Amino acid sequence: MQQYLFAARQMQALSLSVHIPLVCFGIAFPAMVLFAEWRYLRTGDELFRTLAKRWSKVMLALFAVGVVTGTILSFEFGLLWPGFMAAFGSVFGLGFALEGFSFFVEAIFIAIYAYGWDRLSPRLHFLSGIPVVIAGVTGSLFVISVNGWMNHPTGFVLANGAVVEAHPWSALFGNAYFWHQFVHMCFAGYMVAGFLVASVYAWDFLRGRRGRYERTALAIALSAAAIASVIQPIIGDWAARAVAKIQPVKLAAMEGLAQTTSGAPEHLLGWYDGRTVVYGIEIPRLLSLLAFHDPNATVQGLETVPLADRPPVNVVRLSFQTMVGIGTLLALLGLVFLYVRFRKGRLPESRWFYRAVLVAGPLSVIALIAGWVTTEVGRQPWIVYGFMRTSDAVTGAHGIPVGYGTLVAIYLGLAGGVAWLLHRLRQAPLELLGPSTPSVSEITPSRSQEASHAR
Amino acid sequence: MLADVPMVLMLVGLAAYTVLAGADFGAGFWILFAGGGRTSPAATRDHARHAMGPVWEANHVWLIFVLVVCWTAYPVAFASIMSTLSVPVFVAAVGIILRGASYALRGQLDAAPRRHIIERIFAFSSVLTPFALGTVVGAIASERIPVGNARGDAVASWLNPTSIFIGALAIATSSYLAAVYLAADARRLGERTLELDFRERALWAALCAGALALSGLLVVRYDARPLFDGLTTGSGLAMVCVSAAAGLVTVVFVWTRRFGPARVSAALAVAAIVAGWAVAQRPRFLPDLTISQAAAGRSTLIAVVIAVAAGAIVLVPSLIVLFSLFLRGHLDAEATMRAPALVVSGTGAASRPRWLGAFALACFLVGGGLVVLADAGWAHALGVTMLYAFAASAFVLAATLDT
Repeated sequence: MQQYLFAARQMQALSLSVHIPLVCFGIAFPAMVLFAEWRYLRTGDELFRTLAKRWSKVMLALFAVGVVTGTILSFEFGLLWPGFMAAFGSVFGLGFALEGFSFFVEAIFIAIYAYGWDRLSPRLHFLSGIPVVIAGVTGSLFVISVNGWMNHPTGFVLANGAVVEAHPWSALFGNAYFWHQFVHMCFAGYMVAGFLVASVYAWDFLRGRRGRYERTALAIALSAAAIASVIQPIIGDWAARAVAKIQPVKLAAMEGLAQTTSGAPEHLLGWYDGRTVVYGIEIPRLLSLLAFHDPNATVQGLETVPLADRPPVNVVRLSFQTMVGIGTLLALLGLVFLYVRFRKGRLPESRWFYRAVLVAGPLSVIALIAGWVTTEVGRQPWIVYGFMRTSDAVTGAHGIPVGYGTLVAIYLGLAGGVAWLLHRLRQAPLELLGPSTPSVSEITPSRSQEASHAR
Repeated sequence: MLADVPMVLMLVGLAAYTVLAGADFGAGFWILFAGGGRTSPAATRDHARHAMGPVWEANHVWLIFVLVVCWTAYPVAFASIMSTLSVPVFVAAVGIILRGASYALRGQLDAAPRRHIIERIFAFSSVLTPFALGTVVGAIASERIPVGNARGDAVASWLNPTSIFIGALAIATSSYLAAVYLAADARRLGERTLELDFRERALWAALCAGALALSGLLVVRYDARPLFDGLTTGSGLAMVCVSAAAGLVTVVFVWTRRFGPARVSAALAVAAIVAGWAVAQRPRFLPDLTISQAAAGRSTLIAVVIAVAAGAIVLVPSLIVLFSLFLRGHLDAEATMRAPALVVSGTGAASRPRWLGAFALACFLVGGGLVVLADAGWAHALGVTMLYAFAASAFVLAATLDT
């Protein structure tokens, strides 16, 4: 039964890693597109309309890819984890039923929005985008309510290992242990979508294309990303304290803490050798302070549970340190941006700043995936924390490695295709996408003028 | 009684998926077989591709709907089906990825040299996916899935006469629905020759689907006798007759080029097959599991019904808006009408009230303080709300500054 557990976990992790960055665009990008259109409605400036329209094509393309990668996830629930579905589907399934409706609303209105430029009146068109913004957020709320339940399962009664009574509403929404995850993911969505979009225009800036179009696009994307990355450490602190309270073994794995310790130190970098963290930089009492806001608090160690109940420490710890490290750098970058923006009333000018923004996009995706690895691998060996082991949930079907290999090949092709598609959308001349009014055709000469000026 | 309600919801979803997504799959079939008409194959392919543009994502969500209702309301049956049928389900999954991705790519490829490869992938996966999903239905209908984790035969459960027949029928009905819908779209766009081409294709496809369905009954008689008995007696027979009658009526409508009513009767013909299967197999879900045995507990079933009812309140008006815009051509690729121009009511510049900066800063400090220092749930809720308020106001300030 367990022979393909590792392959099944890898296949699930791959599918989630492909889907989650697309979710970020579902959460954050519609709001950015609508903001640009709102500016158009307020000012009548065609530049904002051109921007919103170009972005809406990217939004639709990424949504389409998200639709199919999300469908794969729902198939994989049954393909890879039938034991989990059979035992607990009646408890948590409701979250996905609700998510299904969010998904429906998103699909319907994203189509009306993306195909309705030029056909709907400007205000009606703007309004048609609002359900997309709401459904992107509620969709992730419902999915994360299920993930929160897997980490802190409540709302059911077990007898002989089978659920005999399920209370899905209280299991999903009466669970206090998912709100920090949801808020953390929301701001992560703005960081990933914002920094990735900003990366594209940072590249333009570095190539000397600093026209009004590029400046406006960069200002919107980077403002969203910078503000989210400044807030994110606060939410992260909340999340860490919640983990310390509800899933102390996960926290011990994140920190590589073998023994229960009072006034526990924090280790930066280094490696967990099975007993302690070696080659790390030790900061006394910091872990107790961070986890319980008390430098002398007692932090539970890995030794409190049998070896078979511990997650793989180094994977969890390395991912956690990656997320926090990148998150800190991005927050600093965000602070620099906001400082220049508000104190000097302009965009930063330094080439080094734009080089940093260029790498911030990919880094934010790494941080996002590292964060999900922290919480998902940190939950192991449980699929339903404390109730069902992942090894009891996995499928008995053969050939999982074949499926995994096929999926790797397909996702590589998909990544190449999406990259190429986004490149095409970017290459499309500005005029073609906007209406043929003078204000748009003015953009191009001014762009090239400013470009040559900047060089 | 309550145990049957989610099953009815799933069947409604399955019928909607078969009709709506089926027509989209069929459009892929006609991209594969675009030759032989009065119109050039290239124009035929473009027509088939453009017609599904605005609606395919929404149509696809019906499948997700069926899956999530199934795993919530009938979790053991869901797990048994998915684990035994892992091969065709995975093939369908691969087909769905290839199809969605190639469709998204193809839209940007009008002049690129490699567009034909992408288009082939799209068309091929449009045939593969309904076939694979059809074999899944065949496996359930011929009762080849025992309860348990991958307990059934990994190959014979879905590679058998009934499964192959239903897979083929899925391709045939998809092509037939698509031809009827594409003829209707061609008329709306005023493409006379395309309309005649797809009219002919619809008539041929109707003939093939009808012949296949009749010969398939023989296959089912020998391979899945209980299903055959269910389909040839009582309400199962009634549904088969409804389907046959609706199919014949559609042929008459298509012949006389009344495509509006043909859309409806063609959909009815396909939906009646789904209903007929359901009543033929009732009350068995899997061989040793009835629907009421498979159903989750009462509170879960009630939660599903409430969730679907609440969702329907949002969904039904949204779908009506989408399809009325789509069928009237308001979402067509070529603009048939222009929106009224924008009349700017504001002063031109974005208003930036002076207090907004102070408000943002106060929200950040108080909200951040509450999240970091407080432990109570209400304090966190208030704190997070204030942080969102900070995010929104600071964003407006930062993004509306001059660049």
